[in-house]
Amino acid sequence: MSLGLAETEDLKARNKALVEEVLKVYPDKTAKRRAKHLGVYQDGKPDCGVKSNIKSIPGVMTIRGCAYAGSKGVVWGPIKDMVHISHGPVGCGQYSWGSRRNYYVGTTGIDSFGTMQFTSDFQENDIVFGGDKKLAKLMDEVQELFPLNKGLSVQSECPIGLIGDDIEAVSKKKSKEYGGKPIVPVRCEGFRGVSQSLGHHIANDAVRDWVFDKAEGKPARFDATEYDIAILADYNIGGDAWASRILLEEMGLRVVAQWSGDGTIAELEATPRAKLNVLHCYRSMNYVARHMEEKYGVPWVEYNFFGPTKIVESLRKIAAQFDDKIKENAEKVIAKYQPLMDAVIAKYRPRLEGKKVMLYVGGLRPRHVIGAYEDLGMEVVGTGYEFAHNDDYQRTTHYIKDGTLVYDDVTAYELEKFVEAIKPDLVGSGIKEKYVFQKMGIPFRQMHSWDYSGPYHGYDGFAIFARDMDMAINSPVWNLTKAPF
Amino acid sequence: MVQNAENVVDHFQLFRGPEYREMFKNKRDKFENGTPEEEVNRVAEWTKTVEYQEKNFAREALTVNPAKACQPLGAVFAAVGFEGTLPFVHGSQGCVAYYRSHFSRHFKEPTSAVSSSMTEDAAVFGGLTNMVDGLANAYNMYKPKMIAVSTTCMAEVIGDDLNAFIKTSREKGSIPQDYDVTFAHTPAFVGSHITGYDNTMKGVVEYFWGGKAGLAPKLERTPNNSINFFGGFDGYTVGNLREIKRIFDLIGAEYTIIGDNSDVWDTPADGEFRMYDGGTKLEDVAKAVNAKATISMQEFSTEKTLDYIKTWGQETVALNHPLGVAGTDKFLQEVSRLTGKPIPDALKKERGRLVDAIADSHNHIHGKKFAIYGDPDLCLGLAAFLLELGAEPTTILSTNGGKTWEKKVRELLASSPFGKDCEVYAGKDLWHLRSLLFTRPVDFLIGNTYGKYLERDTGTPLIRIGFPIFDRHHLHRYPVWGYQGALNVLVWILDKVFSEMDAHSNVAGKTDISYDIIR
Repeated sequence: MSLGLAETEDLKARNKALVEEVLKVYPDKTAKRRAKHLGVYQDGKPDCGVKSNIKSIPGVMTIRGCAYAGSKGVVWGPIKDMVHISHGPVGCGQYSWGSRRNYYVGTTGIDSFGTMQFTSDFQENDIVFGGDKKLAKLMDEVQELFPLNKGLSVQSECPIGLIGDDIEAVSKKKSKEYGGKPIVPVRCEGFRGVSQSLGHHIANDAVRDWVFDKAEGKPARFDATEYDIAILADYNIGGDAWASRILLEEMGLRVVAQWSGDGTIAELEATPRAKLNVLHCYRSMNYVARHMEEKYGVPWVEYNFFGPTKIVESLRKIAAQFDDKIKENAEKVIAKYQPLMDAVIAKYRPRLEGKKVMLYVGGLRPRHVIGAYEDLGMEVVGTGYEFAHNDDYQRTTHYIKDGTLVYDDVTAYELEKFVEAIKPDLVGSGIKEKYVFQKMGIPFRQMHSWDYSGPYHGYDGFAIFARDMDMAINSPVWNLTKAPF
Repeated sequence: MVQNAENVVDHFQLFRGPEYREMFKNKRDKFENGTPEEEVNRVAEWTKTVEYQEKNFAREALTVNPAKACQPLGAVFAAVGFEGTLPFVHGSQGCVAYYRSHFSRHFKEPTSAVSSSMTEDAAVFGGLTNMVDGLANAYNMYKPKMIAVSTTCMAEVIGDDLNAFIKTSREKGSIPQDYDVTFAHTPAFVGSHITGYDNTMKGVVEYFWGGKAGLAPKLERTPNNSINFFGGFDGYTVGNLREIKRIFDLIGAEYTIIGDNSDVWDTPADGEFRMYDGGTKLEDVAKAVNAKATISMQEFSTEKTLDYIKTWGQETVALNHPLGVAGTDKFLQEVSRLTGKPIPDALKKERGRLVDAIADSHNHIHGKKFAIYGDPDLCLGLAAFLLELGAEPTTILSTNGGKTWEKKVRELLASSPFGKDCEVYAGKDLWHLRSLLFTRPVDFLIGNTYGKYLERDTGTPLIRIGFPIFDRHHLHRYPVWGYQGALNVLVWILDKVFSEMDAHSNVAGKTDISYDIIR
């Protein structure tokens, strides 16, 4: 579907004009700042020509979240056998309670705590007098009422850092009292950084300082094998990590840990002994992957399990880190699933061929899912990230076509105007955007939560992805938008 | 392989396949350092005991699964009820992403709100620049008729002064001098979302009546015959406010719904996205000062607002989420008394139809035990209706209810023989309720979506009434107020009752003696 040169130039001109157009609404100072985040990809450039990971502008309706969302909501929350305390007022824990669909196996409230909301529910007195005493008491209560927990984490909300609480001291003291149980203080106050992204980083650093460092010298729970790998940065949304793990195991590798969807503290502790870390969401866990490489010599590779093309590439890339047996097995796995993939594509591609997609997601999927759309004959014409850094935009160049519209930390206004002008056949973004575009008569899929479907990763997931995109685009409802009178 | 192209299976069936089951087992056995199954079972059984309940209720610092949210959520709820109004939350930006998501998951509708995106530097120097820039940007981009400012806990901890900041923003030209910006401090560490609703509504009313924060002279009140109406924080606001307007119109009342968000959370899918729709006209908010009286459907959502309105010499009537026959009777009688207009025959007929429906069905509800949880006023309304149906409220719990609320509930319970075995819990959470459902089992539970965890753990069938409802669609489009609304609630309760009957009598040759086609 590559465009001719003239068409590409037209496209670039149109997209540049679009960017100019949306900037007109802003006061000058804001327009200058926003201009840096909106661009048109030029083939051959090392990045997408947009600035990123910069503070959002007040009042523009950014779609971004905060550091707490990155730490509790993304990285730590899914560790199922720990109790994660939303430390501060009631809201943050409430709004991030159970909504990310990080699936896990376990008895909730007994040995697993993923879909629970533990909070210190700060009152005015806690702000005035500090919350450390309350936190210490709260930890005792957790121990008593949830005796099978394997550890605690303290997820700081805004006030904690502002009132000068010492959650590290409380955590250390209590960990000692409970015989060395992991208790992890995380300084992920929402005002830190510019988006969820710093929250991921802070959460990664907390694993380094409070899990790895404390676990050194602990005996291993199992004998290592040469095929031990860990899945990093798959949050098991709708079961994604499971649909990935099954393929890695089928090719003869042994997955000793999943981070963090369906994960456990034991798996975190075991990971520095793995032979390879495979990293799905680069943005949220490259920090700890780099740390393990530097400190424990564990190499890491990025992989992409969206759609058969990328799955095949990734299986071979991972297998290349191992011996011939694994390489052969990888080919067997690829061959085994080929008929399923052929059948899925035969069924859905004719219904989706040539359809245009605009994406706006978090830190990985704006590039990672492009291959899956292309496997179905669809084309991504615009994409952007909530919280990517420049290295993400560099990686994006390997996925997008010349002339693609790129928007970083897009505002609700910009995205609406871009979609109005480009009229894609599908928009893939989040819950806050979903209903806006559906009202405009544009098919939509949530690309954070899979619109309550999933998994989308792996071969099993691609079949579901294809089914869902067809469901979105070819629903008869879109023919009803305009009244006949 | 479970997956196949002809019949694509997703998470519901996929992970029940043998390959995945084996994978889970292997993961658990080798890598999770999990607790042995018998120990998990032992602890699970222990959590059902009275002993565990005592420990659970001895908690002082820990809150688990609360049924409340924080103030600014209520602020946003209130703010979108005014014509062309953009909620502007001063503080960290993640909060606003959360409020927008939370409402969109409940209403299945867009929710527009902006943040002043304060970060570390604002924590040190205060958020004045964020306010100045933020108001300018929001005003230029989204062209609101009004901006309603509230705060997150971050802004409250550092002590930003909204009134002063907004004044400075005017001086710096962010917004025109006479442009309407209402404001309310809504600290998340005080009260809950209903407190935020209250503070915001008081902020709006005080702004328009009390001289627009110094921009205009204070209004003079010339009493007339109209009445003002507040719905309070209400997950059914779309259906409810429309029903209230219908009832007022039938009565022929002159009225102002203050904070009418029934249209903005129910816009059509016709090719256009409406960021703003409907809402109380700003001039009508000002005119509302002349009303004879103000009625609030939810006392605990409007305590400060009504206190302020009283200072203007208006009569105020605070109801507790009237639900059912007597509740609606009282509401209509108050409206009739205040407006001097009789209750029309059409409404009397609706009342009769509701009574007829209750008479038809009461035998399926009579004597059944119910646990209820939710916002304080909602609990009161539901409890009154259950008593009316001959059901027995057994446990009533409100995480954001206080002592005053508890006393009110006890008074209500004392008014009916069906209320004599009921326990009332203010300030407790859903983990407390879990214990109670084990130690004092009930037949049905009424609450929001989070109640499904209780349904799973305790086997108590959940009837979803409350906020938020994420896992059922469109309930908010139906009223629960008025006689029609009570009928909806009756049907929701009955549907669950009948489903349970069938579920317990549908095994061929075993339990299907009672599998009747007529109930």
